[in-house]
Amino acid sequence: MIQYTIRRLLLAIPVIFGILLVTFTLSRMIPGEPCKAMLGEKATAQVCEQFTKQYGLDKPIPVQFAIFMGNMLRGDFGESIRFSRPVTLILIERLPTTIELGIFALLIACVIGIPAGILSAMKRNSPLDVVVMVISNIGVSMPVYWLGLMLAYFFALVLKDTFLWLPPTGRLTAGITSIPFFQLWNFPYISGTFSHYMLQFFSNFLIFNSIITGDWKVLGDSIKHLILPAMALGTIPMAIIARMTRSSMLEVLKQDYIRTAKAKGLQRNLVILKHALRNAMLPIITIIGLEVGILFAGALLTETIFGLSGVGRILYEAITARDYPIIQAFTVVIAIGYVFINLLVDLSYVFIDPRIRLE
Amino acid sequence: MTANSSTINGNAVKDYRSNSLWRLTLRRILRQRSAIIGMVILGFLLVVAIFADVIAPYSPYQVLIGVEDVNKRQAPCIHLLGCPADQPQHIMGIDGNVRDEFSRIIHGTRVSLFVGFSTVGVAIIIGTLLGAIAGYAGGWLDNLIMRFLDVLLAFPSLLLAITIVSVLGKGLQNALLAIAIVSIPSYARVVRASVLSVKETAYVSASRALGGNHAHILFGRILPNAIAPLIVRGTLGIGTAILDAAALSFIGLGAQPPLAEWGQMLGSERNQVFTAPHLVFYPGIAIMLTVLSFNLLGDGLRDAIDPRLRSAE
Repeated sequence: MIQYTIRRLLLAIPVIFGILLVTFTLSRMIPGEPCKAMLGEKATAQVCEQFTKQYGLDKPIPVQFAIFMGNMLRGDFGESIRFSRPVTLILIERLPTTIELGIFALLIACVIGIPAGILSAMKRNSPLDVVVMVISNIGVSMPVYWLGLMLAYFFALVLKDTFLWLPPTGRLTAGITSIPFFQLWNFPYISGTFSHYMLQFFSNFLIFNSIITGDWKVLGDSIKHLILPAMALGTIPMAIIARMTRSSMLEVLKQDYIRTAKAKGLQRNLVILKHALRNAMLPIITIIGLEVGILFAGALLTETIFGLSGVGRILYEAITARDYPIIQAFTVVIAIGYVFINLLVDLSYVFIDPRIRLE
Repeated sequence: MTANSSTINGNAVKDYRSNSLWRLTLRRILRQRSAIIGMVILGFLLVVAIFADVIAPYSPYQVLIGVEDVNKRQAPCIHLLGCPADQPQHIMGIDGNVRDEFSRIIHGTRVSLFVGFSTVGVAIIIGTLLGAIAGYAGGWLDNLIMRFLDVLLAFPSLLLAITIVSVLGKGLQNALLAIAIVSIPSYARVVRASVLSVKETAYVSASRALGGNHAHILFGRILPNAIAPLIVRGTLGIGTAILDAAALSFIGLGAQPPLAEWGQMLGSERNQVFTAPHLVFYPGIAIMLTVLSFNLLGDGLRDAIDPRLRSAE
């Protein structure tokens, strides 16, 4: 198992190398001087010269790529043109919101999608099955931003004076602030150091931070603000997961061992949940891993609509402002994250299906 | 002996043509409920796209200021549903630039169908070439091509498309190019798998023994076997391509105003969702219907013509 993990990690290196190569090539394809692309149109000749030297743009292309790779791997993503701040700091600030949104969305997708798929497979061709399949077909065909806007319209405007009202924008209601745990507990830290950044990063997970500090008001408020975006973001994965669960379950339910289990007189639910679902889980887990990529791209659209200050929204702003350092950094970070999530998915096979002996 | 000969040695012979592969396939497709629903919607959309000029009551670019007594973002007015007859009928309302929304939605069908077919067309051609070469040649060339495509697959597709467009510059053409590029790997993989599975069969060896050159063997003998999965993948891919293109237009990277493109129409009115929900609702429904038709058709085709990809039906 450890050997397999190490081998898979080593196999990820060429992919990461490829991701960096593609991003590097793209960054060199921007029309005009790279300096102007990275520092903005207003960069003076003097600043440009300094930049050229600092990033080795006067050196041969392979050397440039080596420098680029070194910078990326060290977490030095350059400086944002628009915000005049290191991109890494922006990532530390914004990434937690996106991760929380993604986890929440995926949770909704799994909690509804998997049972819906199971029920659909158990009661095949029943009205319930038809309804689930129709909804999931519509679900995969919907633009996520459209669904987001419609949900905002419905929950924030139509249900305005009911208890079901949900806030359509922002991460927290104005006036409510989250106190970072490291400030609350007076952690010793030196501002600007790595450990300080890490503490900031973890405290920016508002849900996590409010749980460990016991701030229930912030917890409730931040969850309330995440429901609509997560519903919008989670619907497409939910539909895909439901379809995959259904077809995977149907495949398994045909197997001999299911008939045997039933013939033994085992309870129906036990057969479904223990014998069938566990065997049907492999393709479902695979599709969940692949959905994470869709979630990241979808986060860009949902965060923009719901005014959440995550990486998606800043990526959107960066696109409009042609802030290439941010676009480049986020592309690299998300792609590498995606590679590792799919690596985790591969490793999880061993736990789900002990028959897979990974040597 | 022709296919139509009715007797051989006095025995009745079935008409070969009536059982041709295509007819059999068609019959199997027509047995798929989802394929039929998909085809009906798609047929409807094609009619709308072809006759857009006839169906649309106004030009999609005509600004109605001074032409009619209508206001910016006016709600839909449908005479049948009790809208006063003295008011001009606009069944989907008026958009932010005082144009008839319905006419713009109708004309948007053309753009979206064009987007779907063109991007997938380009992706299939390049993907087929790459996949066929990789599968047929094998060795280092196969490795090189497939590893490169693996890297493209390592990016979430919409994100890579966004990055490509932000490098190339915004506009529908660049957006289409980006979407085509990011969808190449999936077609290349399908073709490569098909090529690998038939490369060593007897009829390919026979063709080689008869002196067929590589191009003839690859395009005449091997690739026809890859067509079925490619059609399935392509049909499903059109839905994704339309969705991605609309998303790019929504964030302002794709189609630019005043072009009547659904994603762009939705994006430019998104802040008006609380005051003029119809301007957000209808373009979204149009996108969904179009994508749904391709998804249903693709699912039906998969179940009908490609047993290897068949879901557990």
